Amino acid sequence: MKIHIPTPLRQYAAKQAAVEVPAATVAEALNGLVELHPDLRRHLYTDEGRLRAFVNVYLNDEDIRYLQKEATTVKDGDSISIVPSIAGGKDPS
Amino acid sequence: MTTIVATKPETLTNEEILRYSRHLIMPEVGMEGQQKLKAAKVLCIGAGGLGSPLALYLAAAGVGTLGIVDFDVVDFTNLQRQIIHSTADVGRKKLDSAAEKLKGINPFVNLRLFETKLTSENALELFRQFDIVADGTDNFPTRYLVNDACVLTGKPNVYGSIFRFEGQASVFATKDGPCYRCLYPEPPPPGLVPSCAEGGVLGILPGLVGLIQATETIKLILGAGDPLIGRLLLVDALGMKFRELKLRKNPDCPVCGKNPTVTKLIDYQEFCGIRGEETPVAAGVPEITVEELKQRLDQSLGKHDDVFILDVREPHEYQICNINGYLIPLGDLPKRVHELDSSREIVAHCRSGVRSGKAVAFLQQAGFRKVKNLKGGILAWADKIDPKMPKY
Repeated sequence: MKIHIPTPLRQYAAKQAAVEVPAATVAEALNGLVELHPDLRRHLYTDEGRLRAFVNVYLNDEDIRYLQKEATTVKDGDSISIVPSIAGGKDPS
Repeated sequence: MTTIVATKPETLTNEEILRYSRHLIMPEVGMEGQQKLKAAKVLCIGAGGLGSPLALYLAAAGVGTLGIVDFDVVDFTNLQRQIIHSTADVGRKKLDSAAEKLKGINPFVNLRLFETKLTSENALELFRQFDIVADGTDNFPTRYLVNDACVLTGKPNVYGSIFRFEGQASVFATKDGPCYRCLYPEPPPPGLVPSCAEGGVLGILPGLVGLIQATETIKLILGAGDPLIGRLLLVDALGMKFRELKLRKNPDCPVCGKNPTVTKLIDYQEFCGIRGEETPVAAGVPEITVEELKQRLDQSLGKHDDVFILDVREPHEYQICNINGYLIPLGDLPKRVHELDSSREIVAHCRSGVRSGKAVAFLQQAGFRKVKNLKGGILAWADKIDPKMPKY
């Protein structure tokens, strides 16, 4: 299945916009992704191995928090989108 | 759609009827819609990349009262995307420059200018005077502040954000819709997400996203169409793809949920982990000034104990200007650290000193003892040592 990589994280995924991985669940897909691109791990997961709070994961157009989270099953043709919070402006100082 | 913003329509003068005739002859706006626009009060936070097209089009469309909050000054690097400002405006207050352009486009607009930083102290009072808030500042502390203040005052929050060539847009904090915290309850820790100053932004992108914000604002006023409530629009300008994700109101949301824990505005700098100008990682690392470095380089010319200059910027930045440093981009440093000699004195630099501060902190942890951060980066070098060097 296809995983869409957002712009800010592409530098940790060999600059690719999307990656294909075989998977039966969202967890397997994300595991497959960080195995292919280990530098992504600390951007997606906390040290305790939980998905970071500012990284949302969508299966097609639905937030996995409202499905079965990472246990959500996936099928061929589905796509996962990783959507982190972005902010282009400079921080006020 | 149901009415999101209720205003008392205001009658139009003959001059206004002529000006808005292309609106008046279309049924989706018509006289009723144009009168709603005239009666509407919209507050734009920031007159920068997103705020420029947003304010220009809202003024042109006939939004009756337009508030702008900004305390910044126009600089040359703004002109690539902040189209409300001209070259001649560099050095002027953005508020003055924007007001002049907006009055020029539509003298009928009642402009309300707030030369202030939006803060937890003034946000609620300010928002209560308007019907809709459009956030064009695009930084985390202001974004959470605007979101929470919109929820607390019951004002819709028209949201846009950009990064390089990708953008997001949505409408938050309507009565039954989700808010930004339903999407992202917490901000990322500082340093994990680069800003435009580090990451760059395609100049047209704030135009695209700012106009999506303007479109949504106008639809909310007119009560027409399907607003981006409960939907997150993702814009990819390179692929020219627009994708849409479902957003749900989170019943456990800390600000708009059933049992909110945020019931008044908080310290958003602290919430976002930002204290002072220095990033926490880089604070306290040993520094060297550009004058000291120049002196060291002149003294050690041709000797073996010369300073090793490490440039941690990206290759495309190196092409703009460099001081013959050895290039290892910050992100590659962990896997390329073996290329460095820890017995030598190393001076790390980047554009302004933030990334190289992180590099110095990293190298210290890796056991390097003689490593310093070039204060002010290559920008300081261009300012004080080599005035011919281009700045970016």
